Amino acid sequence: MFKYFITLQWKSFWRSASMTSGLFMKLFMAFWAFWLLGLSALGGIGAFTVIEEKLELDPLDTINRFLIYWWVGDLLFRYALQKMPVINIKPLLLLPFNKKKIVSFAFGKTAFSFFNVIHAFFFIPFSITMIANDYPVANVLLWNLGLIALVYGNNFLNIILNKKDNLIFIIGGVIAVLGGLHYFGYFDITVYTAPFFQALYNSWAVTLIPVIITILLIVFSFRSFVKDLYLDAGLAKQSKNIKTENLDWLDRFGKTATFLKNDIKLIKRNKRARSTVMVSVLFLFYGLLFFTGSVEAYDGPVWKIFAAIFVTGGFLLSFGQFVPSWDSSYYPLMMSQNIKYKEYLSSKWWLMVIATLISTVLASGYLYFGWDVYLAIIVASIYNIGVNSHVVLWAGAYVKTPIDLTSNKKAFGDKQAFNTKTLMLSLPKMVLPMILYAIGHYTYSPYAGYALVTVAGLAGFAFRDKVFDIIEKIYKTEKYKTISAYKQKK
Amino acid sequence: MIEVHNLSKTYTGNTVLNIDHLEIQKGKSFGLVGNNGAGKTTLFSALLDLIQPTTGHIENNGIKVNLSEDWKSITSAFIDETFLIGYLTAEEYFYFIGELRGQNKADVDALLAQFEDFFHGEILGQRKYLRDLSKGNQKKVGIVAALIGKPEVIILDEPFANLDPTTQIRLKKIIKELSADPDITVLVSSHDLMHVTEVCERIVVLDKGEVVKDIATSEETLKELEEHFNK
Repeated sequence: MFKYFITLQWKSFWRSASMTSGLFMKLFMAFWAFWLLGLSALGGIGAFTVIEEKLELDPLDTINRFLIYWWVGDLLFRYALQKMPVINIKPLLLLPFNKKKIVSFAFGKTAFSFFNVIHAFFFIPFSITMIANDYPVANVLLWNLGLIALVYGNNFLNIILNKKDNLIFIIGGVIAVLGGLHYFGYFDITVYTAPFFQALYNSWAVTLIPVIITILLIVFSFRSFVKDLYLDAGLAKQSKNIKTENLDWLDRFGKTATFLKNDIKLIKRNKRARSTVMVSVLFLFYGLLFFTGSVEAYDGPVWKIFAAIFVTGGFLLSFGQFVPSWDSSYYPLMMSQNIKYKEYLSSKWWLMVIATLISTVLASGYLYFGWDVYLAIIVASIYNIGVNSHVVLWAGAYVKTPIDLTSNKKAFGDKQAFNTKTLMLSLPKMVLPMILYAIGHYTYSPYAGYALVTVAGLAGFAFRDKVFDIIEKIYKTEKYKTISAYKQKK
Repeated sequence: MIEVHNLSKTYTGNTVLNIDHLEIQKGKSFGLVGNNGAGKTTLFSALLDLIQPTTGHIENNGIKVNLSEDWKSITSAFIDETFLIGYLTAEEYFYFIGELRGQNKADVDALLAQFEDFFHGEILGQRKYLRDLSKGNQKKVGIVAALIGKPEVIILDEPFANLDPTTQIRLKKIIKELSADPDITVLVSSHDLMHVTEVCERIVVLDKGEVVKDIATSEETLKELEEHFNK
C-alpha cells in the first residue's frame, strides 16, 4: 500500500508547476543546495580545528555549550520554513486505506526532510574529526544518537506546534531574551544546559531521555493526527463572522486605490499573506546581529549594507517575490477585466514602498548604535525602493507557483509562506549593493560607498516607468503560461 | 459582434477545438451545448484571451482579442470560481468589479437592488467571505458581478449548474431580459438542453471541438437536440 503513496508523491512532485520552471532555475536551486551542504560539511571539520587550535578550547565542550541555541534555532527555523507533509488527504479518506497508514506515510516523509538531513552534514564530519583525534568511538556514537533523537524530536515537535499560531513567537522571544542576557553577561543559560549535552556523550542513560521523549512525541502527534482526520476536525476550514470594509480613505491614490484596497484586505484576511508582515517585523531585528558586533564575521563594513537591506526590506522581499502569485486564485478574473497592468503593478509597488518607509522609521532605534548605522539603513532603504522593489517584481513575474491563501484549510497543508526558494532568490539582490558599497568604501571612503548605493537607488527611480514597461511586457508574454500554471493546485 | 476565424487549439497533438468560422450577431442570445470535452470552456477561454489559440483568432466587436485589450471594457464573464476573490465579502467584490468597470457605489447598489429576488437573501450582508459561501451562492455572486458596468458581451459558462430550481427559473428570466436588449449579446454554455433552448435564440452544438449543429431555436429544437445526443 505504501507503494501507492510513494507513486502519488512522485507524480505530484514531478508534475508540479514549479518543476516545469526553466532549466536555469533548477540549476540555480541545485547550486545553492550543494553550496549549503558543502558549507556545512566544511563547517563540521573547520569548527573542530578552529576551536581546538585557535581558541585552544575543548571542541566537544564548546560545541555542547552552544547546542541549546542550535536546538532552539533549529526549531524556529523549522517552524518558519519546513512545510508540513503534503498529501491529498480528502480523496484518500474514503478509500480502503487504514487511516494510520495515511498518517504514517505523511510522517515517514518528513523523516527524510532537508531539515533533518542537513544536520548530518555538519555533525558527521565533526564526529569523524573527533574520532580521528582519539575520542572514544562508542561515546561519539552515543552523543550522535542523542543529537539525532533531538533533531527528530524537533521534527515532530514542529508538527505539533505548527497547528498553534503565535506560540512560536513566545518561544522566539524567550530565546532572544536569554541570548541577550548571555551576551551582556547577566545570565548564562549554557551553564545549565551544557552538562546535559555533555552527559549525552558520557552516559547512555541520559541519551535515553531524548530518545524516549522523541518516541513519545511521535506517538502523541501520530494519535492527534489520526484523531483529527475528519472533514470537520483537522481537515476543516473555519469561518468566522466578518465585516465589510470600505477603506475609502485610500481613494486619494486615484486609480491605484482600487487595487490597494484589495491588497490591504488580502494581507489582513489571509493567513499566508499576514505572515509576510510577521517576517518583516522579525527582519527589523536582524540588524542587531550585525550592528552590535556580536558576530565577529559580520564586522566588515560591507555587511552593514547587507543588514540594512534586510532591516528595511523584509516586507519588500517576502511579499514582492510573489507578486502575481498572491492573486493566483483569481488570476483569470484579473486577466479578463479591463485592468491596466501598470495600475496593478503600481499598487503592489506602493505597498512595498510604504512598508519599506515604515520599516525605515521603525528602524530609527538603530540610532542607538550611531548615526553611521542609521545612515546605512537610510541608504539601503533608498536602494530597496529604487532598485529592489523593481527587481522583486521582475523576478516575481517568472514565479509561477500558485499560492493557496487559505492554507489553514488542510491539516497537512503548507503552513508558512516563507519558503526556501524565496530566500535563495533574494540573495542576488543583496550582492549588488554590497559590491557598490565596497567599491566606494575601499577606493575612497565609507561615504563614497553610501553615495554609490544611493545613486544606484535614485537611478532606479528614474527608470521606474521603463522597468514597469519591461515587467508589463513579461506579464503579457508569460500571461498564458502563468494562467495555466496557476490552475494547478498543490 | 463576435467572429471566430479558423480557430484551433491543440494540446500535445490533441485537437480540442477546431472552428473554421463562427459569427455571433449582436444583441442575440447564443447557446453552446456539448458533452464534456467538447470544447465549450476552451472556446470561452479563447474568447477571453485566457488561452492562446494554436491557429486563427477571435474578433470581439472588430477587435482581435489577442492583440488589443480594448474589448475588455465591453465584455464580462463568469467562467468558474477563479473569477471570484475568495477573501472579499460579496459587497466588497461587487464594488471592486464596479470600480474596475468605472461604476461608482451608487451605480452598483442600484444594479444589485434589481437582483434581490435572485439573491434570495443569501448574498448581501452575510458577514462571510466568498470562499465560505456554498457553490450555488458563489455562482449567484459571479453571475451578477458579470452584469456590472453595462457590458455588451456577457459570457456565462454553465450558469445553471449548482443552482437550486427556484434560482434556475429566476436566472432564465434574467437571461431572457438581457437578450431582449438589442445592445447585449449573451453567450451561455450548458449541459442542460431544456434550459438552453428556453433562453437562447441560437444554439450551437460542439462535438470534439467542432461545430456539428447550428440551429435557430424553434419549437422542435429541444427534440432535435435530444435526438442528437441520444445517438
